[in-house]
Order: sequence, then structure tokens, then C-alpha cells
Amino acid sequence: MAEATERRIKIAFELNGAAVEQEVAPEVALIDLLRDGLLLKGAKRSCDMQVCGACTVLVDGAPVSSCTVPAFEVRGKRVLTIEGLAADEALTYISDAFIDNAALQCGFCTPGMVLAAKSLLDVNPSPTEADIKDYMRGNICRCTGYKKIVEAIQEAARIARDGAWA
Amino acid sequence: MKPFRLYEPTTINETVSTLRDLGDGAKLYAGGTELLLAMKSGLLQYDGLVNVKRVPELDGLAVVDNVLSVGARATHSTVEHADEVLSDFPLIARVEHGVANVRVRNIGTIAGNLCFAEPHSDPGVVLLLYEAEVDIVGPDATRSVGIEELVVGPYETSLAPDELLTQVRVQGFPEGMRGAYLKFGYHHRPTLGIGAAVRVEDGVFADVRLTLGSVSPMPMRLRASEDVLRGERLDSATATARAGELAVDVCDAIDDLHGTAEYKRHLVSVFIERALTEAVERGER
Repeated sequence: MAEATERRIKIAFELNGAAVEQEVAPEVALIDLLRDGLLLKGAKRSCDMQVCGACTVLVDGAPVSSCTVPAFEVRGKRVLTIEGLAADEALTYISDAFIDNAALQCGFCTPGMVLAAKSLLDVNPSPTEADIKDYMRGNICRCTGYKKIVEAIQEAARIARDGAWA
Repeated sequence: MKPFRLYEPTTINETVSTLRDLGDGAKLYAGGTELLLAMKSGLLQYDGLVNVKRVPELDGLAVVDNVLSVGARATHSTVEHADEVLSDFPLIARVEHGVANVRVRNIGTIAGNLCFAEPHSDPGVVLLLYEAEVDIVGPDATRSVGIEELVVGPYETSLAPDELLTQVRVQGFPEGMRGAYLKFGYHHRPTLGIGAAVRVEDGVFADVRLTLGSVSPMPMRLRASEDVLRGERLDSATATARAGELAVDVCDAIDDLHGTAEYKRHLVSVFIERALTEAVERGER
């Protein structure tokens, strides 16, 4: 049989473009490593059951719920959090589009929304309104009513296509 | 969450021997989108999790001779976007796309979904519509069973603690048969899921398959309803209504957060008709 891993697993991964090494117990969720271990408070714990999307981070470009994904799952992978997106001038057009379209009120869901929008635009640079609603159905906002979020993502898509942020 | 030990075998044989040695105190981990929620809430506790995501043998996804095989490590997203699935099993791609949300689909696996046997779930119901089988490897023998033999109750499968589901195999519908899957609900998980597959000849149901999930304790085939429809005209309101009644008789609905049993029985009769219409008019392979 396979031997158990050490109680604290050594993990190496790329976080917002920088190499990171950490030791985590297998039951530690990615969000706890990010918020408590690495002091990145952008991902929010809300429903804690992968329904709401407030804890969304991108792993190798794909959105996951950091509230439930164990930290050991990101070994050897690229993790992008909202802090990494905010620090990358080539990506801030998405959050700028949210601000310009008033697509947030309290802002609690916004990091997850912006990261989910980024992954959508990566796979579908010209999403229709229906595409956006379908892809974003797992990101819940209790303030804005979604219309402005859809408009913000449409504008971000236009900006990306026009290369207007460059 | 209670601390646990992580085991990371790299072959099927090593996985099975690890399960055998650890016994009831350990559980397979294939993404954890359901298991970890139950562990976080304290409903389930294990001393060890056996991670199958490091077993390359469980990676396969292929269509050969109209049979789709999906390894236990394949996520819902992998299945949903695979060219072979989109071209040859578009209904499965559609149902997989409808599972939960993109984050769950990026982590969760079809195999894990089947083994957790959550009643409010889509994949088992559509796999049963195709009469899919799963391959299981244990310490002494391998076996293949259908979905009804695998999922025997809510959160309950026929898997022994030391058995590993290695792949799902889906035979395409017989010539001329087309299927549809409808689901309904206002919660994150479906309240009802109904699969219908039909072969139509001269305005008559030459063959019919019906499957039900979420209302029922596990994915179930509605054989009595199928029998009444076979040979009947598509526009026979009597036969369709009778099929709905027979489904209601066996669906075993319960009161829960999704609604009362009475409400769910009503849904079943309504959605049988809708699913049949969908399969006839827009059915897919």
C-alpha cells in the first residue's frame, strides 16, 4: 500500500506569478492558506459550499472554489487571486469595467466575479449575454441584480478585443 | 475539519491495496466536491483519504466503436468539453455542462459523483438512460455493473470499501434512438431530473427508455412507464398520462427542502410528458 504523506505536506506552486513554497496539513483548504498563511484577503469565505463564488481563485486559469479545494491540490500549478490580477496592469481593465459600470455595491462578491469573468474571457473573448449568464451562474451577488455585472463583462470583452487598455 | 492522513498511490493496484489495508477508516478522494463538504460539516469523518488523482491509469477519455469510456480521474469539465463527447455523445456534454457551476465542474469527477451517490444529482440519471456500466477493481477480482447495481440508495453504493471504480463505459443509443434530459429546481442542486430516449417509427414509440432522479432516492429506470408507451402513438394523451401515473407510483418522493412529496409527484407527471416531447422533437445522440 501507499504510505501516508507527512502530516504537513510540502507544496510548491506559482502564486500571482511568484514561486511559493509552503507546508500544509491535508485538511487545510486553499482559502485558509491564502488568507491566514499568506495574508491575501481577497478571496472571501461566504457559503463555504461552492455555491456562491465569493472564494473563487483561478488554478491554471480555471476557476475553483478555494473554500473547499484542499491546498495540496495546487502543487505545481499556477494560482491567480484578485491581488495578482490587481497588480497586473494588463488585467485591470476587467475590474475597471466593473467600476465604470457600477457593477458592485458592497464588493464582497467582486473578487470572485472579476476572476470568473477573466476565465470566461480567456476561453470566450466575445461572449453573448446568454454566454455570460450561463458561465457566471455560479457567482452570486446580493446587491446589484446582475444586469450591471453582465454589462461590465461585455465592456471588458470589448476593451480586450480592441486592445484599448494597452 | 477533523485532521486526516493523505495517501497518494500512483497505480490502480496500489490504490486498491491501500484501501484494503486502511479499511473502513479511509475513503477515496477524487475531487472532494461532495465528500469534503460532508467532512467540513462533520457529517462524515475519515482518518485517511486516498487520492486517486495521482493515478495516470485513471485518465482515459475515448470513444471507440460507439462506446465512450471515461476514466475515474476525468472531471466534469473534461467530459463537457471533450471533442469526442461533443460530437458523439452531445446529450452527455449538455448534461455535464448543466452540473452545478464551472468551479465544481473543474474539480469534481463523474466517477466521484457516482460513488458519493448524492440523490439530487444529474449524471447518474443520464448515464442510466444510456444503460452505462462502470468497471470496478477490487483486491481479488474486477467486475462491471450498471448504474442501478452501483447506486443502491441515497449516499449508498454496492462498492466494497476496498473496491475502486476505474471507469465509466457508455454505449451509444441503439440505431435511431435519441435522448433528452430535463431538470427542474430552484436550489443549487436539482429537485427533479428526467431522462427520456425514444425511437420513433411512423408516429409510434417503437422503443422508449425513461429514467428519473433527484425526486427518487437514487437514479431509477421507469420500466412500467416505458412498457405502456411502447407501441403507442406519440400523440396518445392516455398513454402519456398513464406513463406519468406509473412513474408517480414508484418514484418514492419524500418531503424535503426541495418541496413536499405531493409537489414532487406532480412534477414527475408533468415532466415525463415534457421529456418525451423533448426527446421526440430535439433528441440527441
